[in-house]
Amino acid sequence: MAGALSTDTDTIRRRTSRAQSQRGTEEPPLIKWALIAIALAFSLVFLLLPLVNVFAQAFSKGLHVYWNSLIEPDSWAAIRLTLIVAAITVPLNVLFGAAAAWAIAKFEFRGKSLLTTLIDLPFSVSPVVAGLMFVLLFGRQGYFGQWLDAQSIKIIFAVPGIVLATIFVTFPFVARELIPVMQASGSEQEQAALTLGASGWQTFWHVTLPSVKWGLIYGVILCNARAMGEFGAVYVVSGHIIGQTDTMPLRVEQLYTEYQGAAAFAIASLLALLALLTLGLKTVLEWKQARAYALAQRAVE
Amino acid sequence: MSIELKNVSKRFGNVAAVSAVSFSVNEGELLALLGPSGGGKTTVLRMIAGLEMPTEGDIHVRGQRVNDLSVQQRNIGFVFQNYALFKNMNVFKNIAFGLKIKKWRRADIKARVAELLELFGLQELEKRYPHQLSGGQRQRVAIARALAPKPGVLLLDEPFGAVDAKIRQELREWLVTLHHELNVTTIFVTHDQEEAMEVAHRIVIFSRGNLEQIGTPREVYEQPANEFVARFIGVMNVLELDVCKGVARLNELEFPPHGLPDGQRLRIGFRPYSVQISSDLKAYRYRAILRHTYFLGIMLRVELELPSGLLIRARMTKEEYAFQGLDDGKEVSFQIRQYRVLAHEGERLAPEVAVTHDVPVALGEGI
Repeated sequence: MAGALSTDTDTIRRRTSRAQSQRGTEEPPLIKWALIAIALAFSLVFLLLPLVNVFAQAFSKGLHVYWNSLIEPDSWAAIRLTLIVAAITVPLNVLFGAAAAWAIAKFEFRGKSLLTTLIDLPFSVSPVVAGLMFVLLFGRQGYFGQWLDAQSIKIIFAVPGIVLATIFVTFPFVARELIPVMQASGSEQEQAALTLGASGWQTFWHVTLPSVKWGLIYGVILCNARAMGEFGAVYVVSGHIIGQTDTMPLRVEQLYTEYQGAAAFAIASLLALLALLTLGLKTVLEWKQARAYALAQRAVE
Repeated sequence: MSIELKNVSKRFGNVAAVSAVSFSVNEGELLALLGPSGGGKTTVLRMIAGLEMPTEGDIHVRGQRVNDLSVQQRNIGFVFQNYALFKNMNVFKNIAFGLKIKKWRRADIKARVAELLELFGLQELEKRYPHQLSGGQRQRVAIARALAPKPGVLLLDEPFGAVDAKIRQELREWLVTLHHELNVTTIFVTHDQEEAMEVAHRIVIFSRGNLEQIGTPREVYEQPANEFVARFIGVMNVLELDVCKGVARLNELEFPPHGLPDGQRLRIGFRPYSVQISSDLKAYRYRAILRHTYFLGIMLRVELELPSGLLIRARMTKEEYAFQGLDDGKEVSFQIRQYRVLAHEGERLAPEVAVTHDVPVALGEGI
């Protein structure tokens, strides 16, 4: 109504006042362009250039060498191990993360804030220290070392140790993505499902899971990227046994110190590719969520 | 008897949310649980639904004790305060959810949802998602979803709480019409006395976990069981009088002692419309100054100040006010035509005392 009644002079006045207020807060063009230039230059030199360099170096001796570096038995073993570790770690962390997020978002209990803090612990501990903790627990000289030895279970310098260290460093990703989403959706939708006759499992499958879907996928992507790329913690517990306990990041370092630059960069390029893929997926997801939000906003208006 | 609560209590830790509440709901009744927030009314509703378990007492639905039945087994429809629609499902799927869970045949589900969409005027919206609906539409979807599996009882938690005032009025009338058409036993929670009075057949009034009174809107208004109810439902002047030499007194006001001995205190209440005012200073027994006039539409509320400083609220029509030639600051005489003896919270009065007392004209006039 107000819009229909407003005269042309009204519109003009509003337009000019908006222009003035914009001029009042806007920086001079020189500063604006200088800031943009600095930001661009920095990301070019420190982010894009190294990334391009990884691929340039990887393919420097041709596609044939690149391919051979990847299928070389020890490198191939490292790639396989990395995939295996991620395949074990990510589902376990989805399980732990979902359980922890559920507990924190939907229940009130003592020690809740302690649990929240603990979930963040891996972020604040250096990965090397994390690895060392496991060595002190399960290593030959560690607290459980003798007992494990007697049962002939090998954790440190073996795949179980790598999995443990990777779980530790990737623990927060899923939980931290899920907690805010679950808190925001509350528990009323679940209760509504119960009053309509749904069992606990039906409620989880039809109501809870769909409402946290994007947060969960996002957490899984980040968790996976870190699981495949972890160096420090894995370095300490793996023992660096070529062809057995080498993951891709360790293999890269190994090859590089042996002056096999092209081979090192070939594997590094796979990790870089994973990073690009992760970023791509992340952007798509964020865009999807933003669109859903915009849609909701438009509906409200 | 559709639903019966017997001595139902609920404690959360050390906090008693509901204390020994008993009442029953008739088949097809539209009942309001009314009280200030924290009064325990929502907890009672959730216990009937099975979302909370009573600490003590029994809940019966159609003669069957349901304490040990899970939410899923109770066959109730529950509408949450913020509707709790499934965000990831459109209107059709929201309404169909309960039917799908109960394994209805696909064709039956379609027919039932179509029927509800039409009844609720939602035909055009079946493909929309909850975030694309207005508050009123969301509420209708929530009620349709709760009613879809044909529950024996419909429970609504603050059904009008989340919509703005203008739509509220529409929704109230709509709920009454809907209930009339479906005739399903309905219990709703509200903190708004006007809403309860307008919509419900009977009202259960709660305060701090206690049931204060149950009755028709007319009963709780005209015969409030105690001071809490009297103050909560409508406006009431409440006075505390000292009994001395066989008369109950507060400043210049005098009342019969109603059987109380000297030294006791008598509590009485009277509605503003029970106060009769005249500009003729000899017309009635008491004198006062008209301090302030509030315009409420056809009715006016006036505030009287007695010589002792005591304030009393009265109510009259615009015509009466004009006829008497009243105005702020004018001295008037007045008379209290009707009053009730009030119990203190949690107290019970003898039945012969707990009635409305008329003041004999002879006692009031001309003295």
